[in-house]
Amino acid sequence: MSKVGIVAYGTIPFTKEDHKIESILHKSTNDLFQKNPNINKKEIDAVLVSTNNNSKYLSPILSEMVGIQPKIAHSIESLCNSGTNSIVSAFSYISSGLADMVLVSGAERYDSPGQILEWDNSRGEFKHPIFWASIFSKSYKQDYGISDERLAIVSVKNHKQAKQNPNALSKKTYTVEEVINSTKLTDDLRLLDCSRPCTGSASVLLASEDMAKKLTDPPIWITGIGQKTTSAGFTKNTSLSSLESTKLAGQSALKMANHSISDIDVAEVHDAFSVCEPMILESLGFTNPGEGMNMIKNLYETNNFKINPRGGLIGAGHPLGATGISQTIEIVQQLQNSAENRQTDNPKKGLIHNMSAAATSSTVLVLEK
Amino acid sequence: MSFESELSKGQFCIPECMTCKKIVWPPSEFCDNCNGETSLKKGEFEGKIVEFSKQNENYFCMVEFFDSIRLMAKMNTSPKKDQIVKISKCGISEGSYFFHVI
Repeated sequence: MSKVGIVAYGTIPFTKEDHKIESILHKSTNDLFQKNPNINKKEIDAVLVSTNNNSKYLSPILSEMVGIQPKIAHSIESLCNSGTNSIVSAFSYISSGLADMVLVSGAERYDSPGQILEWDNSRGEFKHPIFWASIFSKSYKQDYGISDERLAIVSVKNHKQAKQNPNALSKKTYTVEEVINSTKLTDDLRLLDCSRPCTGSASVLLASEDMAKKLTDPPIWITGIGQKTTSAGFTKNTSLSSLESTKLAGQSALKMANHSISDIDVAEVHDAFSVCEPMILESLGFTNPGEGMNMIKNLYETNNFKINPRGGLIGAGHPLGATGISQTIEIVQQLQNSAENRQTDNPKKGLIHNMSAAATSSTVLVLEK
Repeated sequence: MSFESELSKGQFCIPECMTCKKIVWPPSEFCDNCNGETSLKKGEFEGKIVEFSKQNENYFCMVEFFDSIRLMAKMNTSPKKDQIVKISKCGISEGSYFFHVI
């Protein structure tokens, strides 16, 4: 399989503002081209748009707005992991030889229809994500003896790290007490345990090996991809305190990259809610089951940004179609040692974990210098 | 007779494959195992509470039937894990299913 690299990126700040989807797609793509004037748009073979927005024909629209006439142009929707699904599609186009260079642009508005999976009637009248998050939280806390105070460290850590991210939605830091005393959504979930839907866009450009070497120094290579969908409905999750799709996707990605989880220096993981972060770390194998919070507490106390350096979804915000792309940009910046105040200690290998619909589907990417 | 037409009348039915007898959930006309057609079993089915939490004064529970169907239901009294319950009320409201258990 031929190598595929990430050669450029662009983004806009995540906000609660009301902007047209076409406008924000254009802005992050424009940011990419402004930062990389050496890119010849005529060499872009495909334009993929990642979004849950109901607007139609967004990829040809974006292509026209930025002056590209691609061979391939279409949208990709897979709820919250649309972004990494799009990157995997771009990778496939390039590694198959169908394309040499692919633009992937993700965007979402604060009022995205992708926040609720209407099809999932097994959830009864409890379709909002706060209900599956509450069930996971209750089960995880009970299985491993984790208190609300201990779990609140996820939110405290990720808001703190987001403060170093100029594009993050959150600009504040919080204490454990403030998380615990924030609005009680259910007995097992506080407002500050939740990532927030928002308006945002992020774009990356993927290229074949020859093109990547020509355009970037150093190119960041996608060396591992793992994906798994176990179901669409939340109630089909066999475990409520671990994430099966994440476990399987992580194993596949690490096998493809020929690495073990201990080789990973920095990771962006899908902390849609506080409880997701320890469950993900455990499912990926960073820790044993039930020990995810020990790792998170240690990282927080030692000011180590290894997990979710940009602030995760809780701190950075969650514009669904842009999230996986924004996570990927963060790992590219980390590996290029350009993450400024968020920079971890000269990482060589990074991982992105992005999931959908109560972890019924997960995507894991491994990136390397 | 479809699952939804029965549910809209307040009747919870179990969809079962007429060929391989697998219980099919979420409800479907066809079996996800052998692709055979399904039929509906009527009755007062007992389920088990797998997990629950609470919003305001209402409990919401994940309830399991026949080791294969899991759904989210409302409960007015304090639940316990592994508690055996029955559906007391169900239907369709604004396009979404709803289930209450006692």
